[in-house]
Parts: sequence; C-alpha cells; structure tokens
Amino acid sequence: MTKDTMQIVREQDVVPFRNRVRELSTKIGMSLVNQTKLITAASELVRNMLKYANGGKIILEIISKSGQSGVRLTFIDEGPGIENIAQAMQDGFSTGRSLGLGLPGAKRLVNEFDIKSVVGAGTTVTVTHWKHGR
Amino acid sequence: MDRIPILKMGPFLLVTIQVDLYDRLALSLENDLITMVSNTGARGVLIDISAVNIVDSFMGRILGNIASMSRIMDAETVVVGMQPAVAITLVELGLTLQGVHTALNVEKGMDLLYDKTDLLTTQQQEENEEELDDYND
Repeated sequence: MTKDTMQIVREQDVVPFRNRVRELSTKIGMSLVNQTKLITAASELVRNMLKYANGGKIILEIISKSGQSGVRLTFIDEGPGIENIAQAMQDGFSTGRSLGLGLPGAKRLVNEFDIKSVVGAGTTVTVTHWKHGR
Repeated sequence: MDRIPILKMGPFLLVTIQVDLYDRLALSLENDLITMVSNTGARGVLIDISAVNIVDSFMGRILGNIASMSRIMDAETVVVGMQPAVAITLVELGLTLQGVHTALNVEKGMDLLYDKTDLLTTQQQEENEEELDDYND
C-alpha cells in the first residue's frame, strides 16, 4: 500500500499537501463529495499544525479493511500540546482568534478521528476516510 | 506575487477565483477588494467561486470578512457558483457564511445585487425611459 510522509513547515506547503490528498483519494475511486470532505478536514488540521506548532509532519497512506479502501492521514507535531482536549473539541472554542471549527469540524467530516496530545511534547491527530464514506 | 484580478462592472466589482487560494493570496484579495470598494464607490461585490474545490474555515472567514467590511462601506457581497460538494462540506463543517449573500450563478448573483442595492439594471433603465417617453408623448 502507498505510504509517504510530507513535512509541513510553511503556509505554502498547504496547497501541495491538499493536492497529494486529492491524488490518493482519486486513486482509490473516492466520490467527489467524500474527497471534498476529506481534503477540507485535512486542510483544517494542517492549518492547526502550522498555527499552533509551527508545522510538523504528515503520514499519508492508503489502507484497506474488509475489502474497502480508505485514506489515512496522521498529523504529528512537536508543539505545545493541548491542555484540555474536550474543550478543544467544542465548536467555537479557539485560543487563536479563529472560528474554532478546525478540530470539531474536521471530526464531523471524516469517518474516523483520533487525537492524542501531551502538553509540552506535541499532538498527533489521525483521520481515516473510507472510499464509500462510512 | 500572484494577484486575483478585480473587474469593475458598472456599480459592482467582479472577482473570479480560478486558483486554490493559499492564505496570503486570500488576505491580499480581502485587502485589494476593500481598497477598490473605497476607491470606486462600488455598491456591490460579486465573488465567483465556481472553480474553487475547497472552502475551509479560513477561506470561509475571509469571505465573511469581505462581506462585513463591504457592508460598513455600503456595498453588498454575493458569493456565487459554489460546487455542490463544497456546499455539503461547509454545512457539515458548521460554517454558516454569515452576512454573505449567495446565489447559484453569476447571472442570478447580479440580479440579487441589483435587488439588494435598489439599483436598476441597464435593461430596466431603458424600459423606464421608454415609459417616460410614452408618457411625454
């Protein structure tokens, strides 16, 4: 299965990253709506990473489970971490004067969402979206 | 540096976004548009996003900002041409695009702008003149 890593260090890395996610989801035949959801979620998460942790790395892979394929993205940063994950997952909560839709919005857009964070060590967010979107 | 062109069309400004917006480009568009509204006294801004594949919360915020800034400068903003997949995604993301008028396409967007700004289209003006001429006869 395909697996690569992208380093995200500046804002200009966002568009190539989104294009790479599009390539992978097109490759497994994901519908346009599901592609758009996944890329939008990815865009929110990569922005968070840049904003709060000055970037990080993303692992992009095509995975398969019981005959269905999907795209999995793992966002790994070594930023300050999130003190209160439950709070960060609430709509409208933001420490960065944004709309506060990034994390909860991204979670709604993908099939599987997992977040782990250690204060002072960094945050890892993993999202998975299946070809047929469930 | 890249710039998104802004066209003046009568009392309105017209913007067609043909590329994936990265942050700096979006911010300079916001700035350019407001400057143009101020310089031209435009009464409306029409933004066509039919070529845009992704609208995330950052981009949504830029659209909202443009609309709020235009409004305080007496101009209305209409966003047109949103792709169905983008609309579905925005709703699920929870982005409401507050203060932004939307229309299906450029044509309907222009009608909406004339409507919102109480201006008459050139066609309506001609009709009015004809009526006035008839009346004078």
